Amino acid sequence: MSDDALPGGERRQLAPPVDESGALGWMRKNQFSSWGNGITTVVLIVAVVWILSGFLDWAVFTANFTASVGSECRGGGACWALIREKYRYIFFGSFPYEQHWRPLFAVIAMLTMLVTSADRRMWNWRLLVIWGLGSFVTFLLMFGQIHIPLSLFLTIALVLGGIGMNLRKAIAEPAEMNAYRALAAIGLVGLVLRITGILPAWSLAIAPFSYVETSLWGGIPVTIILATYGLAFAFPYGVLLALGRRSNLPLIKGLCVGFIELIRGVPLISLLIMASVMLPLFLPSGTTIDKFLRAQVAVILFAGAYIAEVIRGGLQSLPKGQFEAADAMGLNYPQKTLLIILPQAIRVVIPPLINTFIGFFKDTSLVLIIGIFDFLNTANQALVDPNWAGFPGEVYLFAAFVYFIFCFSMSRYSKYLEVELNKGTRR
Amino acid sequence: MAAMAAKAVRDLSGASSLIELRSVNKWFGQFHVLSDINLDVKEGEKIVVCGPSGSGKSTLIRCINRLEEHQAGDIVVNGVTLSNDVKNIEAIRREVGMVFQSFNLFPHLTILDNLTLAPIWVKKMPKKDAEEIAMALLNRVRIPEQALKYPGQLSGGQQQRVAIARALCMRPKIMLFDEPTSALDPEMVKEVLDVMVELAGEGMTMICVTHEMGFARAVADRVIFMDRGEIVEQNEPEEFFAHPRNERTKLFLGQILHH
Repeated sequence: MSDDALPGGERRQLAPPVDESGALGWMRKNQFSSWGNGITTVVLIVAVVWILSGFLDWAVFTANFTASVGSECRGGGACWALIREKYRYIFFGSFPYEQHWRPLFAVIAMLTMLVTSADRRMWNWRLLVIWGLGSFVTFLLMFGQIHIPLSLFLTIALVLGGIGMNLRKAIAEPAEMNAYRALAAIGLVGLVLRITGILPAWSLAIAPFSYVETSLWGGIPVTIILATYGLAFAFPYGVLLALGRRSNLPLIKGLCVGFIELIRGVPLISLLIMASVMLPLFLPSGTTIDKFLRAQVAVILFAGAYIAEVIRGGLQSLPKGQFEAADAMGLNYPQKTLLIILPQAIRVVIPPLINTFIGFFKDTSLVLIIGIFDFLNTANQALVDPNWAGFPGEVYLFAAFVYFIFCFSMSRYSKYLEVELNKGTRR
Repeated sequence: MAAMAAKAVRDLSGASSLIELRSVNKWFGQFHVLSDINLDVKEGEKIVVCGPSGSGKSTLIRCINRLEEHQAGDIVVNGVTLSNDVKNIEAIRREVGMVFQSFNLFPHLTILDNLTLAPIWVKKMPKKDAEEIAMALLNRVRIPEQALKYPGQLSGGQQQRVAIARALCMRPKIMLFDEPTSALDPEMVKEVLDVMVELAGEGMTMICVTHEMGFARAVADRVIFMDRGEIVEQNEPEEFFAHPRNERTKLFLGQILHH
């Protein structure tokens, strides 16, 4: 149109129309646009108000917060006094009562570790430091005493030296390279001497508190430890399984497919029972593996198989051209996988991956079947006290609320990750 | 055209062969996609490969850097005979750059990171040096200002120019182009062809699968026509377009040059 032409020959840009209808207009447009919609809106509002008022009446207005024994709680409302009475046990289980500050700070340490490592800017060497430090503090507080054997120090020296020598090759100064070589040599020689028995079985004892064995652990730290380390180990393990499943080597492929199908084909409970009851039968007599550790390994194996299938979906969604471009540039398999394929594949599967994580966070509660006192199990045990019999609703509602906080956080984090990782790359 | 004048005086008879294909055969299942291909490419030579779809021209150049495996015959690139040895394949891929029809830039990396990835990881080049080379190449393909953007934010023509710069970052001896302009909107074809003509002017050895006959006329030392997995006819571009000898070539040229 000639009206829109400016003297410079450019076309005038028109502003989009402004919506001036206001709140009432919005209501009219979105809630009451027809008789049918209007009736639906009214019915839904009435239903929500009715349900909410009933719930609030029970949970707040007629609830008892102060009773000192269950029999005082018979007014019909919720008996939150039970939670008040039992919350220490629900949160920390049979951990020695006067030492409850230890699991409390362990939980704080772990949550700090998780929250800081959720930040994308930390995804480099800092992540190792955060997890090393966080795990050390957590287990020092939970166990009270940690003995670090000499061989672990030597292994760390060997691994660090080896990684440095390989990754920093051609980039590092000669002095830095020599440091890596020395580190690796010390680790290697030390380990050989240790295995042949020339070096004594020395260990560094860090023992500021009294020792608390894992059978006394309980409540929220157990749930968080099982879920955190379960998923932290299951994730790389699942990635390896997914890559193995797409391998060209029939043996590796067969093993991975077999493992995934086997694990997916049995319930987690049966795996936990196997780890708890059957595994000790196969071990040479005298050796025992901690029950908690066995449950942890079972969770890792199980989660790994599911994560592998999620990751495989991401791998299959990548266009063939990405693989070909990486090949044509001369990248080798590890480089191609770590630099090109996995970063893209994992981005694609963040929603189903977090979905799996959330599922597993809740599934850790199945360890109660082999007598480990995770959060749901301690909540369950709180009901056993005859003084407070008859209020399962309150306890389970409370437990559900705590689980919800964790799962909802993960869900929001998934949303954040999707936006964060796709910055600039969206078409 | 200046490029044509430069080409006319080029004498390749003394140059050594960079790529040699000896009776190369390949099948996709029962389908004989390459049948008895013999081809010599001299250093500095520019070859345009054309032919109907399904004629095996893409497969031919994809065999040269082992994106496809040939089943019979020998392929010698830069003195190295292609075999199943991974080291061998990687050595050849370091010397051969490739540009794809669908660009295949890495969408999760910035333009600069796309360019520096291979020099840093394959050639173990210090990051600073790699970035210098990358910026120089981005200048050459005329998009230095896009260095910190992601591929998804660029137009198709810009992405393809980045892809060319990315391949050049490895300082390859040979460049393979697999229909580099076929996925582009018409107004972007020229900007990519200009870069390729420039590259040819600098003496790069090139094999281009393309239907841009103007480009073939301006740049190619030799045009190869493929049909049903065979090299049907090859000649200098003037001769090839003016007097095609084979009936199939005539038919094909008639179809693509009719307007």
